[in-house]
Amino acid sequence: MTDAAAAVDGEEDAPTAPPTDSGNVEEEEAAPSFLTVVTDKFFAFLLAPFVEIGMLARMLFEVIYWGFRPPYRARLMIQSMEFVGVGSIFIVSLTGLFLGAVLGLQLADGFRQFNAENQTGAVVGMAMTREIGPVFTALMVSSRAGSAITTELGSMRVSSQIDALTTMAVNPVQYLIVPRVFAGLIMVPLLTTLFVIIGMFGAYTVCVHLLGIDPGVFMDRFRWLVDWKDVLQGLIKAAVFGVTVTLVACRQGFHAKGGAAGVGAATNRSVVQNAIAILALDYLLTSIILGQV
Amino acid sequence: MAKGTTVVTGHAGAKITLTSPDEYKDEPEKDPVHIRVRDLHKSYGKHHVLKGMSFDIFRGKTNVLIGPSGSGKSVLMRQLIRLESPDSGEVLVNGVDYTKLRGRALDKKRKGMGMVFQMSALFDSMTVFDNVAFPLREHTKLSRKEIRDRVMDRLQSLGIGAAWNRSPAELSGGMQRRVAVARSLVLETEILIYDEPTTGLDPITTQTVDDLIREAESKYGVTSIVISHDMASVFRIADYVTFLYFGEIAATGPPKELLKELSGPMMEFVRASGVSVEIIEAARRGK
Repeated sequence: MTDAAAAVDGEEDAPTAPPTDSGNVEEEEAAPSFLTVVTDKFFAFLLAPFVEIGMLARMLFEVIYWGFRPPYRARLMIQSMEFVGVGSIFIVSLTGLFLGAVLGLQLADGFRQFNAENQTGAVVGMAMTREIGPVFTALMVSSRAGSAITTELGSMRVSSQIDALTTMAVNPVQYLIVPRVFAGLIMVPLLTTLFVIIGMFGAYTVCVHLLGIDPGVFMDRFRWLVDWKDVLQGLIKAAVFGVTVTLVACRQGFHAKGGAAGVGAATNRSVVQNAIAILALDYLLTSIILGQV
Repeated sequence: MAKGTTVVTGHAGAKITLTSPDEYKDEPEKDPVHIRVRDLHKSYGKHHVLKGMSFDIFRGKTNVLIGPSGSGKSVLMRQLIRLESPDSGEVLVNGVDYTKLRGRALDKKRKGMGMVFQMSALFDSMTVFDNVAFPLREHTKLSRKEIRDRVMDRLQSLGIGAAWNRSPAELSGGMQRRVAVARSLVLETEILIYDEPTTGLDPITTQTVDDLIREAESKYGVTSIVISHDMASVFRIADYVTFLYFGEIAATGPPKELLKELSGPMMEFVRASGVSVEIIEAARRGK
């Protein structure tokens, strides 16, 4: 168990103030003033994101450290890849299809105002490969697999299954977190590719079959604007998001406390933090890739 | 005072006799004391939970740690199995200080210790068989057949052979505890720690779990450490009892000896637990 987890557990286990020999409870420290409480809470609120980032960085370091040490549990890796990747195919495909369709519809409508609807394929393609594909895929994986990972690990934590692993001399980070983060790293880029392909199919169907845009022009403009750099940009983002989504989900579940309610709260935090992290990282990565930083 | 022993002061001036490992320095496995806890401290922030605990745990016996809620039983258990590191003090297992071990050295020693958690902590994604086979698959190079044989042997000897392919959720509380004991014993365990094993169980299942603890001790010769506040259970199974009171040791010794000298918080605790005064009085009279 990490020290952080131990500290969390320790707080949970800490008993209440002991009675003295006479049976009276020891005199408690003077209650802090209202101003102190408000100030403490304000600073805790301000520092919370930095604490969270620090904890995530520490966990990422542990994942890298334990990821390169034997034993390598191929079976667990494959199981995690199946859960994160194969299990998300349906939701990612469906989202990709409708998002591609609606994007085609909106852009074609917009471009039509200045007779440029032939550019729809190009713009949809660029948006899909660079931005919408990785971001929406990561959001979908976070909602489906991330929340499930947090719930599973949280339940394991509050029912002492993670402690049981430690007592059996099995490192819980290596056993539980490394395979899931690895699965995120590999499967989210693959799902993103699927999302983009199906999204383009949705956009093509709407633009060509409903709005009457010439199919040759649609594809030609797409090939003209979108190149491998765009695809690579999307895949790099997807890999970063994959690690982030699974890492945040694992961290929240791994350090969950407080029974069923605590697991619920951890799952909630996991989804919210992931949504924020994906969008913030998207901006950061785009700035770096485009050389704006 | 017996040779090689020292006396330290526990809660409210209680005298705690401690043994020395010196006599068995060359053959620690023959030492009747398996674990020596010495001056163990643990704090969480400003809260000092373990305030210098010192006591002995005897080899091949059932050692029960009792005390009211908040007395530090679970915190002590977490230091014994090294789920946490104490602030200071020693936990000497066969003469080796567990608190100084790190990494692989600690993992190696951990394999000789088993833990049965309050709610059994079985992996609910696995069957009973896979739960018990888990430590063997992780730590040994046994063949599939050898693993199967050893797992089934443990399950059958604990009376749950027929449940090998069921999931933990399908088992009763008592059966889950049995599976947890089988899982803890599968790796030639020397020390088995039970964290409140009878909490939340009905009286008949409680008796079954008590029998199981004695059975594990007699069949496999393990040193059992039972953390409990179920007094009836304590008198049924304990060879030695250590009474914890808010981070300190208030009394330690065989249960009959302790009953003879009952006083202070332990007297209150025993009475409040519903153990009849007649039993206490009879014990005092040596009956």
